[in-house]
Amino acid sequence: MWLAIEEWFRWLYDAAGINLTIFYDEYDRSRFLRGVRLTFELSLACIVASVIIGLVGAWLQGSRFRVTNALVRGYVALFRNTPPIVQLFFFFFVLGGIFTFQTDSGTWRLSNFAWAIISLSFYYGSFNIEIFRASVEAVPRATVQAAEALGYTRLKAYIYVVLPLAFRFSIPSLGNNLVSLVKATSLAYAIAVPEVLYVSAEIWSDQLNVPEMMWTLLIFYVGIVGLMVYGLRKLERRLEIPGYSIGRAG
Amino acid sequence: MTSSTQNTSSAAWLARVTPVAIMATLVAMAVSIPLTHAFAAPGDPGVIATLLRWTPVIATGFGLNLIMSFVAVILGTASGALLGIAQISTIGWVRKSAFLFTEFFRNAPTLVLLFFCMFLLPFEITIGDTTIPFPPWMKAVVGLALSKMAYVSEIVRGGLQSIPSTQWEAAEALGFSRWDTLWRIIIPQCVKRMLPPWMNTYAILIMSTPLASVLGVHEGLTMTRGAISAEGRPEMLAPFYLYLLAMFFIYTYPISLWTIRLERRYAVQG
Repeated sequence: MWLAIEEWFRWLYDAAGINLTIFYDEYDRSRFLRGVRLTFELSLACIVASVIIGLVGAWLQGSRFRVTNALVRGYVALFRNTPPIVQLFFFFFVLGGIFTFQTDSGTWRLSNFAWAIISLSFYYGSFNIEIFRASVEAVPRATVQAAEALGYTRLKAYIYVVLPLAFRFSIPSLGNNLVSLVKATSLAYAIAVPEVLYVSAEIWSDQLNVPEMMWTLLIFYVGIVGLMVYGLRKLERRLEIPGYSIGRAG
Repeated sequence: MTSSTQNTSSAAWLARVTPVAIMATLVAMAVSIPLTHAFAAPGDPGVIATLLRWTPVIATGFGLNLIMSFVAVILGTASGALLGIAQISTIGWVRKSAFLFTEFFRNAPTLVLLFFCMFLLPFEITIGDTTIPFPPWMKAVVGLALSKMAYVSEIVRGGLQSIPSTQWEAAEALGFSRWDTLWRIIIPQCVKRMLPPWMNTYAILIMSTPLASVLGVHEGLTMTRGAISAEGRPEMLAPFYLYLLAMFFIYTYPISLWTIRLERRYAVQG
C-alpha cells in the first residue's frame, strides 16, 4: 500500500514535475514528521502554559491589592503592545544569555525550544488574562446574588456558579486566542527550533522544491487550524446555555 | 459613591501609568546595568551614546515598519471589505467561495504567508513595455495584507449581520434595491461597531511587520540586529532590543487605549 503511494509520487515527479519528496524519500519524510511532532508539542505546551498564566493573572487582577492589580495590567499592556517576534528575540538572545549556569559537565542553558514556549506563552497569556477577567465579569450579578440567597458562601458561589458560567462565556474568545497561538508557533523558526516551517525550509533548500513545500505547509496549517476551529465550535454549541447568549456576541 | 468613583478613577490612572513606568524602568535598567558590567571595556562609549548614534539607522528601519503597515492596512481593508460583503451575498457560489477564501487565509500563519509571497511572487511585473520592480518589502506587504484581509472580512460579515434582518425587509418594502439598502442603510449603522475590532487588527498588523525581518527586509528588527552585530558588545544586546520594543510600544499603546475607549463608547448596553 505505502509502496504504491511512493511509486505514485515518484511518477508525479516524472510526469508533472511536482516533487513531493516527503512522500517517497525516507529521510525527508522522517524529518518532516519530526517537525510536525515538534509543532504539536510546542502548541500543546504553550496552550497549557498560557492558560495557566491567564488564570493566575486574572486571579491576581481581581485581588484587593492595588499593586498586584497594577502590575498585572502593566504586564498585559507591555506584552500586548510589542511585537511577539521581538519579544522572542529578547527572551532568547538577552535572557537566554543571562540565564546560564556553570555546572561540572559544562555550561547549562535553556534550549531554544524552551525559550519559544516561555516567550509565546507570556505573549498569548496576556490575552488570556483579559479573556478570563471579562468572562468572570460577564456573569450576571443577579445570578451571584441568587446563589448567595440560596446559602452559598462567597467562595462556594465562585466555584460552583461563577466559574462554570465564566468558562462557557470564555470559550469563543479563548478559542480564537489559542488558534492564533497555534499559528504563531511558526515564529519559533526564527530561533531555529526545528518545527514544521523550519524543516520545510531545510527540505526546500536541499531539494529545490519551494512551491511544493509551500503548498504542503499551507495545507498543513489550514488543515490543523480548521480542525481546531471546528472542534471549538462543536464544544461551544454543546456547552451553550439557553438564555445566555453573551458568549456568542461578536 | 464619590469615594468609589474616585477609587476607580485612581485605579484606572494607576493602570494606565504602570506600563509606561515599567517600560521606563526596564530601559533605565538596561542603560545602567552595563555600566558596571564585566564585559564593558574601559574605552567603550556609554550605552546612551551608542543608542543615540544608532538611532537614525533603527528609526529608518522602524519607519519602514510603519510604511508597510499603512500600505498593508489599505490593501487589506479594501479587499477584506469586498470579501466580507461577498460573504452575505444572495448568490450561493459567491457566498461560499468568499467564505472558503476567508477561512483559508484566516487559518494560515502570517509567517507562512510571508514566505509564500516572498518565494512565489515575481521580483518584477511587466505590463506591456513597462517593468515595475517588486521589491521584497512590497512582497511582505502583500503577505501581511492577505492576513489582514481575512480578519477584515470576518469583521465586516459580523458587523453586517449584527443589524436586525427586519431592517432589510423594511428597506425592501420601501423600494430600496439590495445595493442601496447595503450602502445607505446597513453600512452607515455598522461602521461604528466595526471600528474598534478593525483597530485591534491594525495593532496585530503592526506587530507582525517585524516578521519580514526573517525574510531579510531591512525593517526595524533587521536594522537593530545589524547594529548589534556591528557593535559586537554583549552588554549592548538588552539595550538595543529594549529600545526597539519601546519604539513599538510608544506607537501602539496610545492606539490600544483609544480602541478601548471607543469600545466602551459604542458598547451595546445589555
